[in-house]
Amino acid sequence: MQTNINSRDAAQTSTATPIVAAGNKQALPDGAQNVASWIAVWRLALTAAAVLAVDPTRLNGVVLRSRAGPVRDTWLREFLAMLPPGAAVKRVPSNIADGRLLGGLDLASTLATGRPVAERGVLADCDGGVAIFPMAERMSSYTAAKLACVIDSGVVIVERDGFQLRHEAAFAAVLLDEGIDDDELASVALADRLAFQIDLSDFPVRLLREEHEGGNAGEMAEAFAVSVDDVIAARASIRGITVSDNAIEALTATAYALGVDGMRAPNLAINTARAIAALNGRAVVSDDDVQLAGRLVLAPRATRLPQPPEDAAPSEPEPEQEQPQEQEHEQEQAPPEDNSQDQEPPEPDQVETNIDQPLEDVVLAATAAAIPEKLLLKLMMQGSASRGASKSSGSSGQVHNGTKRGRAVGSVRGDIRSGARMNVLATLRAAAPWQRLRAQSAVADPARVGRLHIRKEDFRVNRYQERAETTTLFVVDASGSSALNRLAEAKGAVELLLADCYIRRDRVSVIAFRGRTAEVLLPATRSLVRAKRSLAGLPGGGGTPLANGIDAAREMAEALRRRGDTVVVVMLTDGKANVARNGVGGNRPLAEADALSAAKSLRQINGLRALFVDTSPTANPRAETLANAMGATYLPLPHAGARTLMHAVQVAASTSKATAR
Amino acid sequence: MGAPIVGQPFPFSAIVGQEEMKRAMIIAAIDPSVGGVLILGDRGTGKSTAVRSLAALLPKIPVVAGSRYNASPDAPPIPGDEVVAKAKTVMVTVPVVDLPLGATEDRVVGALDLERALARGEKAFEPGLLARANRGFLYIDEVNLLEDHLVDLLIDVAASGENVVEREGLSIRHPARFVLIGSGNPEEGELRPQLLDRFGLSVEVRTPTLLEERIEVVKRRDQFENDSDAFTAKWKSAQDKTRRHIVAARERLPNVQVTDAALRRAASLCMKLGTDGLRGELTLIRAARALAAFNGANSVGDEHLQPLAASVLRHRLRRDPLDDSGSTARVQRAVDEIFAAV
Repeated sequence: MQTNINSRDAAQTSTATPIVAAGNKQALPDGAQNVASWIAVWRLALTAAAVLAVDPTRLNGVVLRSRAGPVRDTWLREFLAMLPPGAAVKRVPSNIADGRLLGGLDLASTLATGRPVAERGVLADCDGGVAIFPMAERMSSYTAAKLACVIDSGVVIVERDGFQLRHEAAFAAVLLDEGIDDDELASVALADRLAFQIDLSDFPVRLLREEHEGGNAGEMAEAFAVSVDDVIAARASIRGITVSDNAIEALTATAYALGVDGMRAPNLAINTARAIAALNGRAVVSDDDVQLAGRLVLAPRATRLPQPPEDAAPSEPEPEQEQPQEQEHEQEQAPPEDNSQDQEPPEPDQVETNIDQPLEDVVLAATAAAIPEKLLLKLMMQGSASRGASKSSGSSGQVHNGTKRGRAVGSVRGDIRSGARMNVLATLRAAAPWQRLRAQSAVADPARVGRLHIRKEDFRVNRYQERAETTTLFVVDASGSSALNRLAEAKGAVELLLADCYIRRDRVSVIAFRGRTAEVLLPATRSLVRAKRSLAGLPGGGGTPLANGIDAAREMAEALRRRGDTVVVVMLTDGKANVARNGVGGNRPLAEADALSAAKSLRQINGLRALFVDTSPTANPRAETLANAMGATYLPLPHAGARTLMHAVQVAASTSKATAR
Repeated sequence: MGAPIVGQPFPFSAIVGQEEMKRAMIIAAIDPSVGGVLILGDRGTGKSTAVRSLAALLPKIPVVAGSRYNASPDAPPIPGDEVVAKAKTVMVTVPVVDLPLGATEDRVVGALDLERALARGEKAFEPGLLARANRGFLYIDEVNLLEDHLVDLLIDVAASGENVVEREGLSIRHPARFVLIGSGNPEEGELRPQLLDRFGLSVEVRTPTLLEERIEVVKRRDQFENDSDAFTAKWKSAQDKTRRHIVAARERLPNVQVTDAALRRAASLCMKLGTDGLRGELTLIRAARALAAFNGANSVGDEHLQPLAASVLRHRLRRDPLDDSGSTARVQRAVDEIFAAV
């Protein structure tokens, strides 16, 4: 029996709030509707699992964002249950060493046999199965890049430790992203290659419990059922499934309209549509399959909301409405609906869309309706005003750079059990002179004759030079009191300093505060490109929530210190706080008291260097008090231009560096 | 886009758009002395696909059978190359060697052959990736993630054309003439400025902005994935045509004239942009000559300098964070100014 995924999802499509048109989607629905919408989310997540099980090597995998817990475990269990028996399933810790991940020298066998022996890495062991990466948000960008290369090619190629290895490694990667904040994300480069991004971080656990425990387990189970046999049957038929040009155009156009950059997503969506058709027992991908593929693959990747057609047409002549042809034709070509009996009666508006609108509009509407709640709110906040900026923010997130980089600067005698990388050649060299002597003493034991004799004292491990990273954290006052020209100067200075940091390979981060809150404009990065882009969009005006600004700086500085960074905080403000911590303006004394206490708590951070640049027209004693409270160097710069400001900051930062030592 | 290392590469000629990238690669293939090519750009724009498609595009090269360094039959034998006397010559595809991230230095430059050292007590050299890339291309994906000391080493060897190994008691030198191709996404960490400068050409790739173009990219990729044989066959004649063009360009290259006027143009452009050193001018002239050869021209003219100015110069500009327009636009402005003032 074939499970028709589409027919069950049709209900969801129709109950979903029409987001594109309305624009004012209310917060989470409550009560029964709430349960229904979560069931829809769950069904979509399991659909992704089934589709991935059908074609793991072309769809590459999934990012599952969820804390460790029953929800995640249930999804994983359901996914693994759909895999044909015998598939390898491995968990790969995200801090895995290259040698274990890709393969390399098998030390034990090498020593036992006296000749170099290679070992396969974990990825090669996953061939034909699934590689699960817990805590994927902690994976270093180096590991992610290596993994990405293996995913691209389906082969592990190793050039390490004197070996040249090559192993087949086609697998589905399941990245378990346990990040909490928006800046804790699994590698963007990796996520780009994986077909699915599922966010179950807010999924209520109770829904998965049995009914007598107050849960909805029965309902949930009923919502979706794809068996191993369905998957095996689909795998057998998938290669013969054809996709019409119309479908390809619709998915590509949808990706385009939603601001999904890069050319991988449309291809992943097409292959997803194929897998869905295979699960549904079709030989040709149907329009419903295409819609579902859009919702599964493209919706979580949206970086902007589609423009309503009436105002999109005049503003930009984008060729979105150019493929109305072949529509009727396509409909006729669809295979006879042998599974139509279990299809629910189509909603009236759906009939309308199918006849009147080209497929790409239908797919776009369905996909836009499936944009996850959180992402949708974020996209709507970006507003239609900043179309250009929305491209850069949106889902493209933080890139984690591992700090464990450095070059080997020689080798030292050491214990290999401490996880250090062994220097084989140095070890062999150390052992070599003693061979004859040791061979003589081992002559009694025939098994050891003719072997290499390496003892514990021979072991040499690589020594690495690792540079501590410095992060300069700019806290910029963007309020109305820091009049607009001051803001421009501050931006200019930040950009100049960025260039300086760039040359020194330091990282920078920017926090801005205005109105009622502070906002991290730029998570710590080494990219000048991103820094400039995030600064360019910084608006000015509003109150001065100085306390919140300092608090945000403290939180960020603490996080950076935990990573072992050296942190320099540069405050650019006039120090005239007028918005208190709770975001309420008007009470100046309270706002100032809050700012002072925030400043004192910033001082508590160990080893922090701070610089307070007073941007008010005349030096402000309150600002100086604040600077002293946070242990910062005070720098009144009433009429400095960007360049002067930069030099002053450079000098002050270097002197504060000197005094800090 | 996943570029298969195994099996057939996506045909170079079937790559939609990305003219600047394709042109830069063809120029490097015509005249390797322009230096390497750096490809920077968005995720999923087919950077790797393009590089890996090169081998199938370029004409095969004659190699001494059994040579570990892809030795040319016309060149004197390389010491330490274990080829039999009077070895036959075989035609092989141009090597396009992938440098996997996580490669260790011993595998890149070559090292003591451990197996032979341990089993037979011989001190023999086992050539590394640099030897395998000789007379071809060395490709580093995510060049910005490669360890700094490896990148330095590669660039040094690429510039000198020779790999010198002094380690583990070995003292070896062998030819390693290859074109270095690096690709990366600048949002994932930038390259050091002194390193940027060492690449001859740098190209920026973007996701196509036209929907039709995107659709074409996706369609071709889908066709290729589903039937790579048929797809390759379909593009064979286009591939052959480009190959013939490249062969003809290589033959014509020594005869392409560089006039004083062209030299003056290149120099004034570099002065206008304030690029450091002469490398920019030299590369611009060489690249323009290769382009002229490819286009069948007898001398270098404005029409060859102009389209290459951005590729050659954009990564050699000093950073000016206050200039929002970006280096490509700055080069374009200078080009407009210089070439308008005739």
